[in-house]
Amino acid sequence: MSFDVPDDRRYLESHEWALETDGVVRVGISDFAQDELGDVVFVEPPDEGDELAQEAEFGVVESIKAVSDLYAPVGGEVVAINDDLFDAPELVNEDPFGEGWMLEIEADDLDDLEALLSADEYEDQIA
Amino acid sequence: MPLQTPPLRGIHDDRGAKFTEFGGWDMPVEFDSIRTEHAAVREDVGVFDVSHMGQIHVTGPDATALMQRLTSNDVSRLAVGDSQYAAITDEDGLIIDDTVVYRLPDESHPIYLFVPNAGTDEATHERWLSYRNDWDLEATVDNRTDEYAMFAVQGPNAADLLEGVAEESVTDLDRFEAQYATIEDVDCWTARTGYTGEDGFELIVPWAAAEEIWTAIDCQPCGLGARDTLRIEAGLLLAGQEFDTESNPRTPYEAGIGFTVALDTEFVGRDALAAIEESGVEERLVGFQLIDRGVPRHGYDITTTESRVIGTVTSGTMSPTLEKPIGLGYVPVEYAEPGTTLQVVVRGQSKKARVETTPFIDTVQ
Repeated sequence: MSFDVPDDRRYLESHEWALETDGVVRVGISDFAQDELGDVVFVEPPDEGDELAQEAEFGVVESIKAVSDLYAPVGGEVVAINDDLFDAPELVNEDPFGEGWMLEIEADDLDDLEALLSADEYEDQIA
Repeated sequence: MPLQTPPLRGIHDDRGAKFTEFGGWDMPVEFDSIRTEHAAVREDVGVFDVSHMGQIHVTGPDATALMQRLTSNDVSRLAVGDSQYAAITDEDGLIIDDTVVYRLPDESHPIYLFVPNAGTDEATHERWLSYRNDWDLEATVDNRTDEYAMFAVQGPNAADLLEGVAEESVTDLDRFEAQYATIEDVDCWTARTGYTGEDGFELIVPWAAAEEIWTAIDCQPCGLGARDTLRIEAGLLLAGQEFDTESNPRTPYEAGIGFTVALDTEFVGRDALAAIEESGVEERLVGFQLIDRGVPRHGYDITTTESRVIGTVTSGTMSPTLEKPIGLGYVPVEYAEPGTTLQVVVRGQSKKARVETTPFIDTVQ
């Protein structure tokens, strides 16, 4: 079984991805992670305005069979959450790198991204 | 200790299953998705490989006496081809295991086959031998767990599917009735039983013929993940969660399976249970639904609306059928009435819950 690992973004070992655009980092979980979890039924995000440290727990994702903590790939302020997941948590399964994104963080320090795994490194991890 | 593997481990792997350890066995937990597999069983038909379940064979002049004295139900009521759900209890009336006892066709002495839970077959076999010897009964007790695979064909279209696969018709079987049916020229012990709340059958088949028979039963393969969500919706017990001699010792009355207790028979635990039946229980297993967002999980606290801890969640999930978070847990009887408002503590946050009648869904009886 092979999983998508787009190389336009970086990854945490705990399977979150980070995609930076103009200082704002969009965050979600990987294709591998959504497959491991199975049917996602509920995402509990932080509130807009919350301050997160890099690798701080920011919420949980619940699937039918398991619950998993979510970690922030970068530190900063939460500036958006994906409201669509409230009524359609299955977007995390269907489109983990697109419509299934979870939140956006205005990064305090974009150097945080350098500490994350590249797509190649993450692909090795899940191989 | 290496995991035991079901005969079809390789077939399931090729089909893309994910696996999990359960009761010492390496079992398929998910083939496609829990939601897909769950829906197949509720709306159509699905098949589970449950070869991790034990099979113990008991026969001889005193076979009925031995079964009667080690299981809570009344074995003497079983005619050939009947089966019954029963508890295996200790001297204190606490549930060691739950099982289905089948009476097989026989010539001279009755033959019973019963199905203990995964990983308990060796201890159960020992228990039967030990009591047989103590009581000086004449009975042969064989652990045949490694000789039989077991498949559960479950769902409203299960009977139609088997009708096209088996040489003999099985549609006339009532609930808990069983017969041999020939599939791919092999005798399969076929019982109208299951663990999903739907109509369906469980087949006990020779390990060597498992692949042919599995292949012949051509429908949605289902893993232990869907088996769990289906049985929670049906309000059925899981060993190790709703009862466990170590972590959650419970009597059949507390667990809501008092109907398996035949107090007019003599069995280990009978006297203790007679006393409890007389005095009543203090706690009872209830079903509940979370009203607030969240998913209840095994081990979460159940509290009163004033946040006083009164119980523990034994099983919980997001119900795929109801699309609501549901669970099972033990609470004091004064909180067990359907409609009672409780709370479940989900990662430090109290979530409102309401006691519901179980099963949560309409089931076959």
